[in-house]
Amino acid sequence: MKSQGNGLRLYAILYLAFLYAPIFLLPIFSFNDGTIIAFPLKGFTTKWFAVMAEKGQLHQAVINSLIVAGSTAILATTLAIFAARASTRFEFKGKGAIMAMIMLPLVLPEIIVAMAILVILLQMGVGLGLTTIILGHTLICTPFAIAILSAAFQSLDKSLEEAAYDLGEGKFSTFRLIILPLVLPGIISSLLISFTISMDEFILAAFIGGTSPTLPVYIYSQLRFPKEIPVIMAVATCLVAVSIVLLIIAEYFRRRGVAKTGGKDSGGFL
Amino acid sequence: MSKDAMIHLQDVQKYYGDYHALRGINCDIRAGEFFSLLGPSGCGKTTLLRTIAGFEDITSGVVMIDGKHMEGVPANKRPTNMVFQSYAIFPHLTVEQNVGFGLRRDPRPKAEKDKAVAEALEMVGLKGFGSRAAHALSGGQRQRVALARALILKPKVLLLDEPLSALDKKMRENMQVELIKLQRQVGITFILVTHDQEEALVMSDRIAVMFEGEIAQLADPETLYRLPNSRRVADFIGHMNFLPAKVAGEENGEIDVDVQGLGRCHISAKQAPGGNRGEEPSVGFRPETLTLLYEGQTATDREATGTVEEVVYYGDMTYYDVKLDGVDEPVRLSMRNVPGRPVLDRGVKARVAWSPSALVLFR
Repeated sequence: MKSQGNGLRLYAILYLAFLYAPIFLLPIFSFNDGTIIAFPLKGFTTKWFAVMAEKGQLHQAVINSLIVAGSTAILATTLAIFAARASTRFEFKGKGAIMAMIMLPLVLPEIIVAMAILVILLQMGVGLGLTTIILGHTLICTPFAIAILSAAFQSLDKSLEEAAYDLGEGKFSTFRLIILPLVLPGIISSLLISFTISMDEFILAAFIGGTSPTLPVYIYSQLRFPKEIPVIMAVATCLVAVSIVLLIIAEYFRRRGVAKTGGKDSGGFL
Repeated sequence: MSKDAMIHLQDVQKYYGDYHALRGINCDIRAGEFFSLLGPSGCGKTTLLRTIAGFEDITSGVVMIDGKHMEGVPANKRPTNMVFQSYAIFPHLTVEQNVGFGLRRDPRPKAEKDKAVAEALEMVGLKGFGSRAAHALSGGQRQRVALARALILKPKVLLLDEPLSALDKKMRENMQVELIKLQRQVGITFILVTHDQEEALVMSDRIAVMFEGEIAQLADPETLYRLPNSRRVADFIGHMNFLPAKVAGEENGEIDVDVQGLGRCHISAKQAPGGNRGEEPSVGFRPETLTLLYEGQTATDREATGTVEEVVYYGDMTYYDVKLDGVDEPVRLSMRNVPGRPVLDRGVKARVAWSPSALVLFR
């Protein structure tokens, strides 16, 4: 029994190492005083960050990404609020089929979505740019947002609404006074997740972004130049830091939401 | 429709698709009455309560509250307020904010509203709890907040949907008494939905027993207990023994009945409500209407013999299952445990005293 337990432990350690070790290498090489990504390390430097700070194209890509991710987060979450509310509160014909169709992009190969959208957009003569990326990203982020918000709406006791209504409030004020505050943590969590997904999405951004590169597209284009790689490492390090902070905030809000409604923590999305 | 009816229900029908949830409910609920809807789960009692509250549309029929037709009047415009089974306390608000929620649209100045909230909290015994977070309260406290929140609007009718079912036994018994007192204090019509017959008997002025979307019997607790109008109602409320019986004749309001194990009895026609729905006639009686006779005691009325089959000791009471001679099924009887009255053992022969006046004939 004991050796079997050790085997599993080794497996778990290797698995986690495989998952996270490459990410730990990013900050290490971003502070390495050398242009070649290889051990042994040469010495400590922050010059790659200095170079990074001076790249105009990079800044434009970051701004593009922020615009795309921010808009996507708001759009996807807004749409998801409607869908999640409808699917958890009401019974209607074809609900299962409709929800399945909405959630499908979650499992659909992104490359297919990207190609399909590109073909349609070109046929329609729509100019490619940030707007089209935002629309594409909204498509793939909405299922995630619905998954999070459905959980939030599901944990709402229906009699809370009825109680507010019974106490004289109307349908809209009930939504504003009772439902919205109680699902707010879910909404924030959904905004952050959508933002993160959109921020690092590559395929759609590359296909339907036209001449407006987002950050991942820009990074990919720079990987062709070996001397740029340490700078990319610095960029990646910053991204990892930002991602971790965002995910922690998202999880904090989700847990607070669970605690607030007195529900049981069933693990959630993260 | 009687004059003092606060709620008037006339042939109320409700379908959910093909499912016939309410099958023609007719009843008047009086002003200031503590009224209970009692029945097993799925009998339509909650549907009926929600119909009165305005949460459910009815398929046909009339619902009137305080003399006004309620058709098309939504829940937020009806003079009713509800205490939900889950209490539905708003978890993101404080106790005060919960209780004062219904006053949001009240034009009175804030100071007066605050006073009303404080009074409501005091009434339910939660003085000083106002600033607490609602989600941190215990079950009993939530219940009180729900009561205060519903009563602060001074509704004509307070609707309670199984309000005590989430509490433990001790707490439930305390709250039963408190609810009765509260109802007397505020004088509002209370309508309680419950599946707990004991709760209904303890608290209500009148009880409607419901089965399968219909009111099977509507009466005060004593009548319901002493003179159920069908075996089904009798079975649902407390324990009732049934013995097979044959009606031999009837005259002058007296029915001659041959009861298995008890012999020939005269039962007053008033004790024969009918309602047997094609089953074989039987005679029913409550466990406490039989008495075990100890040595030296004689029956004041009638006497039968049997064998003690089972003894269940409850502390203050002992329940005996006694197989009367000539009867297949044992009957249950209960005896109060008092000094000098030993608990009998299983298997012993026993004499049982009974009286025809406690028998109910179902035929």
